[in-house]
Amino acid sequence: MASTDISLHKDVHHDHEAHDDHDHHDQHFIFKYIFSQDHKVIAKQFLITGIIWAFIGGALSSIFRIQLGWPQATLEWLEPILGKWVEGGKLNPEFYLGLVTMHGTIMVFFVLTAGLSGTFSNFLIPLQIGARDMASGFLNMLSYWFFFLSSIVMFLSLFLETGPASAGWTIYPPLSALPQAIPGSGAGMTMWIVAMALFIVSSLLGSINYITTVINLRTPGMSMTKLPLTIWAFFLTAILGVLSFPVLFSCVLLLIFDRSFGTSFYLSEIYVAGEALANVGGSPILFQHLFWFLGHPEVYIVILPGFGIVSEIIATNARKPIFGYRAMIGSMLGISLLSFIVWAHHMFVSGMNPFLGSVFMFLTLIIAVPSAVKVFNWIATLWRGNIVFTVPMLFSIGFVSLFISGGLTGIILGNSALDIQVHNTYFVVAHFHLVMGSSAFFGMFAGVYHWFPKMFGRMMDEKLGYVHFWLTFIGVYMVFMPMHYVGIAGFPRRYYSWTSFDLFQSFANINMYISLAAIIAWLAQFIFAFNFIYSIFRGRRASANPWRSNTLEWTTPVLPGHGNWPGPIPVVYRWPYDYSKPGAEEDFIPQHIPYSQTQSSNLPHDKD
Amino acid sequence: MSTTTTLEQPKTGTWDGGNEPMKASYGKLMMWFFLLSDTFTFAAFLTTYGLIRHRHNPYIGTAEDFTFSTAYWPIPEKVFNAFPGFHGVDLPLAFVALMTMILILSSVTMVLAVEAGHRMDKQDVQKWLLWTILFGSTFVACQAWEWAHFITGSDVGMLMPDGTRFFGANLAQNEYGPVLFADLFFFITGFHGTHVFSGIVLLIIMFVNTVNGTYQRRGHYEMVEKVGLYWHFVDLVWVFVFTFFYLV
Repeated sequence: MASTDISLHKDVHHDHEAHDDHDHHDQHFIFKYIFSQDHKVIAKQFLITGIIWAFIGGALSSIFRIQLGWPQATLEWLEPILGKWVEGGKLNPEFYLGLVTMHGTIMVFFVLTAGLSGTFSNFLIPLQIGARDMASGFLNMLSYWFFFLSSIVMFLSLFLETGPASAGWTIYPPLSALPQAIPGSGAGMTMWIVAMALFIVSSLLGSINYITTVINLRTPGMSMTKLPLTIWAFFLTAILGVLSFPVLFSCVLLLIFDRSFGTSFYLSEIYVAGEALANVGGSPILFQHLFWFLGHPEVYIVILPGFGIVSEIIATNARKPIFGYRAMIGSMLGISLLSFIVWAHHMFVSGMNPFLGSVFMFLTLIIAVPSAVKVFNWIATLWRGNIVFTVPMLFSIGFVSLFISGGLTGIILGNSALDIQVHNTYFVVAHFHLVMGSSAFFGMFAGVYHWFPKMFGRMMDEKLGYVHFWLTFIGVYMVFMPMHYVGIAGFPRRYYSWTSFDLFQSFANINMYISLAAIIAWLAQFIFAFNFIYSIFRGRRASANPWRSNTLEWTTPVLPGHGNWPGPIPVVYRWPYDYSKPGAEEDFIPQHIPYSQTQSSNLPHDKD
Repeated sequence: MSTTTTLEQPKTGTWDGGNEPMKASYGKLMMWFFLLSDTFTFAAFLTTYGLIRHRHNPYIGTAEDFTFSTAYWPIPEKVFNAFPGFHGVDLPLAFVALMTMILILSSVTMVLAVEAGHRMDKQDVQKWLLWTILFGSTFVACQAWEWAHFITGSDVGMLMPDGTRFFGANLAQNEYGPVLFADLFFFITGFHGTHVFSGIVLLIIMFVNTVNGTYQRRGHYEMVEKVGLYWHFVDLVWVFVFTFFYLV
């Protein structure tokens, strides 16, 4: 349609003349740091909110690990914090369920979705593709403030008298649909749903922005096959978010009607406390299908940014081109596609048709192929590289290690027959905490350490970084490796107390060990928090390109202002992984260096 | 740059950056991706409809002998057979067909508004937007009547266990058949109606801006086009909702 080619250049942020005028405006504090439309400020807002949430999420897990590790202990010393949730020195069992639910919700959505992709997609997309800002700064700002609002609602629900949502982070009905079922299904559940609805709006606004920015605002020369892998990862993450979160929205909207307006979408033939409910015809399995249609892509929304960040950092610090650049893109595409057609592997024991189970098992196991491609490529990139063991590099290698360890158990869990034994045990908990929880956290740490100089113009302290890495790395393995063992023995997840089962008595020590490791690993994060805050103000000043990296963000001033580049945006001639190119003067050639300046290292196919 | 050798210039293909590869502004792309996401929302609801309907028994007798019962899913022609002003006359799906025609007509006028925008013809844009708003509002009004009739119920009603008769339907009871038939009807047509209503609000904003000359000064009517995309989407969704509830 030729008639649709309306000239729009006034609106598009790519137009840098228009932006240069803005650079010298003295913005009011409120618009510069609070209601900012600058992608870098919004990224920091997401990061700091995410870090606060991570500490809350970790604190909740420490409390329930204390209960699991020392079931006989009296917890009166927690009364100043938990108030009436500690009754006679014992943790209230219903509050325990609230703790696990909120731990999961906070970590999956508020930290590893908003905190991870909100931070790095916002920060890196414009900087690495060579854009002045996001396509729409205003929607980007709204995205953060919807997330903030959602955070407030979710946080307040922790202080309800009836407790926060307690039906697990997957909020399966009928437990979550019937306010009379447990106290946590009352106001806590309502607030959970409201918070998640706001969260979905935030995620949608953010994702749509990321996608359009990557499509429309790449600098001249930045083709899709010259994009850093980080951008590919964020791009696909955003697409997954746009396609899967609306289904969660549908899912919880139907749940709201069941909870508050007397419909029966998820309810049928139920007795609660001896009283028969009027609901007929619905199906709780329907909820599981809808939920996991989001829920499974969601785990890739969590891990894909980690893939991208780690690929970038490993190539930079191994001083080698990433091995199999196109295979990396292809495997991410494959994983994204597969993530939509494997959701029912969470439901093998829900009574679904075993034939359907086999289909989903087959599709699930196929994911091992692109995942293995990625792991192979990371290891091949490390192979014989001039590895610089910076802190972000250690976290990236740690990521690969955790991803392998957690991924292997995924192959076990993906088998519908084996799943009967380990379903809903600590084996599952160990699997996903390694493969998506800890891995994504490691990706996030790697990203923070690596791009901190670009965010704040200073370096984070290396020694504290090494201490943080080793405590976290060892801590994570000490927590989750024994957990597999406990899980294979049949130890069920979400149980408040296991002491009344003779079968599990022999696991008292191992549970105590896990709890101790978990609490130490959590405490180790305060080293990171200190390092982070201290370095913002007192860190060593960073140079423009401290890691000698190729991507465009390092061509900006040390602290890029509004509009990112003071002059024109650099154009791009080459892919981002020209490290240690034979014949080159330096061991890296940034993307904006034309081939005419690197005659000594040009290869025959470079001229195409 | 002074020299123009191939080594000095970045590539300039469709996807080589520095342009709009899909020949669409970021705003229009955002609308497309939003609609894609909304597609998944509706797809989830219609899947829900399909799965729940599958859980219920179909009616297997002849159409002439059909009576309302909670034992099986009702035949839509028997439920939606009323027409305003024709009380007691059996006009299966006549009213909903009229509604659908009105909505499709509103899509036509929307196309004309967008086309007028390309010609920068302010008068025509105003005219066609107004028609679109009118048809859209008529559709919502028709839906309100349809709901009102559904809630009031037929003259027969359903015999309750305690001997009384229940007329019409709400979220917990339904004289036409299984209660979920009513739940889904209210929920899905209501959700679609909310979309139409939001569309009308957007169209009114477009209309006011057009009258004020905002788009004329801006030099293009792309906002109208973006709202147009939304409007066509809502129309398209209705075709699916219509198919699921009234035809299948």
